[in-house]
Amino acid sequence: MADTVKLPEDSFKRISSDDRANLDSEKIAAPSLTFAQDAWRRLKKNKGAWVSLIVLAIVFIMAFGSLVVSPHNPNAVNPSYANLPSKIPGVNINGFNGTLVQAGERVDAYKQAGASSKFYIMGTDYLGRDLFSRVLYGTRISLIIALVATLFDLTIGVTYGMFSGWKGGRIDTIMQRIIEIILSIPNLVVIVLLILILKPGMTSIIIAIALTSWVNMARLVRAQTMEIKEQEYILAARTLGERPMKIAFKHLLPNLSSVIIINTMFTIPNAIFFEATLSYIGIGISSPQASLGTLLNDGQKNFQFLPYQMWWPALILSIIMLAFNLLGDGLRDAFDPRTKE
Amino acid sequence: MAKYLAKRIFYLILTLFIVITVTFFLMKLLPGTPLTNQAKLSKSQIALIYEQYGLDKPVWQQYLLYLAGAVRGNFGTSFQFSDQPVSYLLSSRIGPSLQIGLQAMIFGVILGIIVGAFGAMKQNTWVDTTATIVSILGISIPSFVLAVLLQYYLGLKLGWFPIAEWGGFIYTVLPTLALGATPLAESARFVRTEMVDVLSSDYIELAKAKGLSRTGVIYHHALRNSLIPLITIVGPLAVNIMTGSMVVENIFSIPGIGEQFVKSVLTNDYPTIMGLTIIYSFMLCVVLLITDILYGIVDPRIRITGKAN
Repeated sequence: MADTVKLPEDSFKRISSDDRANLDSEKIAAPSLTFAQDAWRRLKKNKGAWVSLIVLAIVFIMAFGSLVVSPHNPNAVNPSYANLPSKIPGVNINGFNGTLVQAGERVDAYKQAGASSKFYIMGTDYLGRDLFSRVLYGTRISLIIALVATLFDLTIGVTYGMFSGWKGGRIDTIMQRIIEIILSIPNLVVIVLLILILKPGMTSIIIAIALTSWVNMARLVRAQTMEIKEQEYILAARTLGERPMKIAFKHLLPNLSSVIIINTMFTIPNAIFFEATLSYIGIGISSPQASLGTLLNDGQKNFQFLPYQMWWPALILSIIMLAFNLLGDGLRDAFDPRTKE
Repeated sequence: MAKYLAKRIFYLILTLFIVITVTFFLMKLLPGTPLTNQAKLSKSQIALIYEQYGLDKPVWQQYLLYLAGAVRGNFGTSFQFSDQPVSYLLSSRIGPSLQIGLQAMIFGVILGIIVGAFGAMKQNTWVDTTATIVSILGISIPSFVLAVLLQYYLGLKLGWFPIAEWGGFIYTVLPTLALGATPLAESARFVRTEMVDVLSSDYIELAKAKGLSRTGVIYHHALRNSLIPLITIVGPLAVNIMTGSMVVENIFSIPGIGEQFVKSVLTNDYPTIMGLTIIYSFMLCVVLLITDILYGIVDPRIRITGKAN
């Protein structure tokens, strides 16, 4: 073993006592990274999270980009082109080439409708509306609802949790009892009741979801606040006479950020799920507006014969949920490397 | 323990009282009347109907009457089905929901434990990857999408199971699978994390060192200790199943309370909605209470801190 490694002569150099005096043994050679940089570096190593981030970016760009460029008008009704299956030019696989099985025979539905030159990537729905444009439109509505609801939920949850954890004592106990009561009614029941009172529509869905889902955030933030407020730097700030508001924004919030970001990543898919469920039941978004839930509901009506009308929105919904969950997992590992062995 | 239990039951009753109060006044805020053809009725007829249902009394009296009734399990009369007491309507429908919910919970959790345990044992192999994929898919795919998928492929295409009917056990298979996916995924994930933790602890090293067989170590030491914290997620899983059941019962036309809830919401049947809300909260409270007590029994450390508080 010993003589297999041949190192060049000049790899080693005798250090003079002068050199030694100049050497700083405490010096850190690698650049020092901030917390965010470190988390970002770890996140990039996580393939699932990285791919999810890209997928979500694409979904967002397509959903919001369809405001500017959309293949078709999502609300343009064209009865003569109704229920056309999906057709992608250049792809000749059954299911994607515009053919349908009718009475045991595979026929070109586009030729029958007199639209041989046209193509709809995801096909059309029962009113002849382009399903791809509808899905983009629905995704946009679903995302808007989820994001706005999450924003509210974030504000309420973080404030409530921070206040409860910071005050402690009797106020904390009462605030925690309130949370326990809210937790003992299934979320969806509360959301449905709220929507009934506020009348179905986008705003009431957002309010209903926001009012019910902040509880988790509040609990996590409270637990973390109680831990952080015992830290010495908080004590130092208090000793120096810093106002509680300033301590909250300057010291608490930055240290809570990882908990908040991680939990947000799980709140968003939850909100999307609730919205889809509500619209699927029939008390969510009403037509001609569309969300992923209403598209699923429409698709389910004749999915025995035209299953693609349900598969496409179901696929997109699942992809979005999957991407948010994977990204959330990745962020959790990135912010808190201890959770991963 | 008895003191703790008494305190918990007191909170349970308080919670239910608040739930009843809040739902009652929320329902009073709702627009519209229970009358379908108000225009066709004369004033005296309306007054008669209101009197029959007790709607002519002041709101606070209605509230007290409702509260007194609710304690005795009487939730008033359904608006949708005339002369049908809500309690009768619900008691005839709770059976199928409970059956499917329990089946889904048992199926999901047991399979989840197996999947999670295998994932942890064969860490970073294809088994682990498969387990992770199963759990992330189970969490991400909404139960109603899964329900329709199962209905289409296993029910319609392959014809293994009936599509939408209610009868014997065979009719419960597909809804159970659809509802059980999330419990499966959540518990698999949970058990895997716990078990990875446990497997690297000292007493596992000791068990291995003293020459226990691999199955002995896994079964007696690792698995048992990984399962204790699983009790804490039973409550959230119960919520998940209740939420899922509303849509899944609809898809499979199961005469359960979830389907009734959606129906009542769509027909403005307020007494039934209120009764259902109370029943849902009651079930959830009981589940949370039982899991807390169980956790105290299984893990003595909790009991001690519980007393200290």
